[in-house]
Amino acid sequence: MDTIRLIEIREDILSDNQTLASELKADLKNRKTFLLNLMSSPGSGKTSLILKTIEKLKGKFRIGVLEADIDSMVDAEKVASTGVQAVQLKTGGFCHLDASMVKAGLDAFDLDSLDLIIIENVGNLVCPAEFDTGAIRNAMILSVPEGDDKPLKYPLMFSVCNVLVVNKIDYLASSDFDMQAMKERVKKLNPGIAILEVSSKTGVGIDEWAGWLEGEVAAFIR
Amino acid sequence: MHELPVTQSILDIVLRHARMNGVTKIHAINLNIGELSDLQDEWIQRYFDYISKGSPAEGAKLKIERIPVVFRCNACTGSFEVRVKEMKDIVCPSCGKKDLTLVSGREYYIRDMEAE
Repeated sequence: MDTIRLIEIREDILSDNQTLASELKADLKNRKTFLLNLMSSPGSGKTSLILKTIEKLKGKFRIGVLEADIDSMVDAEKVASTGVQAVQLKTGGFCHLDASMVKAGLDAFDLDSLDLIIIENVGNLVCPAEFDTGAIRNAMILSVPEGDDKPLKYPLMFSVCNVLVVNKIDYLASSDFDMQAMKERVKKLNPGIAILEVSSKTGVGIDEWAGWLEGEVAAFIR
Repeated sequence: MHELPVTQSILDIVLRHARMNGVTKIHAINLNIGELSDLQDEWIQRYFDYISKGSPAEGAKLKIERIPVVFRCNACTGSFEVRVKEMKDIVCPSCGKKDLTLVSGREYYIRDMEAE
């Protein structure tokens, strides 16, 4: 029997995904197509925010939406009814999207005819945070009814996002959600993150959110 | 929940190194995984045992070293460790400031393997 050797590997486990995500980013840069990865818990309002975003920005950008869902077409149908290109990616039992799944989804679009594609990731605050999708910016929604302690429970998600949309602020009056404490917790994990307070229902803050996104897209596709 | 794709990636990487090094049997794989990852050791091993059947990695033990969460204070540049369960209202223990940068705790890394 041979003696046991110690063989050095020194490789990142997620390097395949990272490599693919980097290639995807470079390709998007060449084509001048901005990709936004939107993540949140189920029920926090991803689809509603996307619909509001389309309403605000469809006059300025050519928009596509990549919908990830376990096994339904509900969200894609809502989005398609606004007249933008929507692709439904059925993730089977998967809990997140990775770069290869996003690439497969993007292949279904005519990328050169689009300025902005929004990924509606699987509703989950855990797994999507671990996988780079190749998106140019990561956004997340935290809705008021979920509570101000979410940054403590899902620190990785809050640390990988460029912007946090605090949605359903119309519930603030009937809730003990501490906005200041939540913001401090988030800034500790991610000092550079932008935080926007929004209600998709009343429309408060939607202009600020659309303005943030418009600035990012315009700078990228210039 | 995403243990399966991560485990598949571990297997792909170690089998590639096994081929490069003429390895016939892998006994153990040493991993560095950050405390911020919620991967469950037990499940990674269970999936690994399943997908590695019939390969040189069959029966290999995954030895996971958890890398602690470390923050650096942007005010006094001191570094300090934080337990994930105590990640509430963190302040720099030296100067009391709250402007912090995450230094480690997000690792997903294969260090080496014990093989013959």
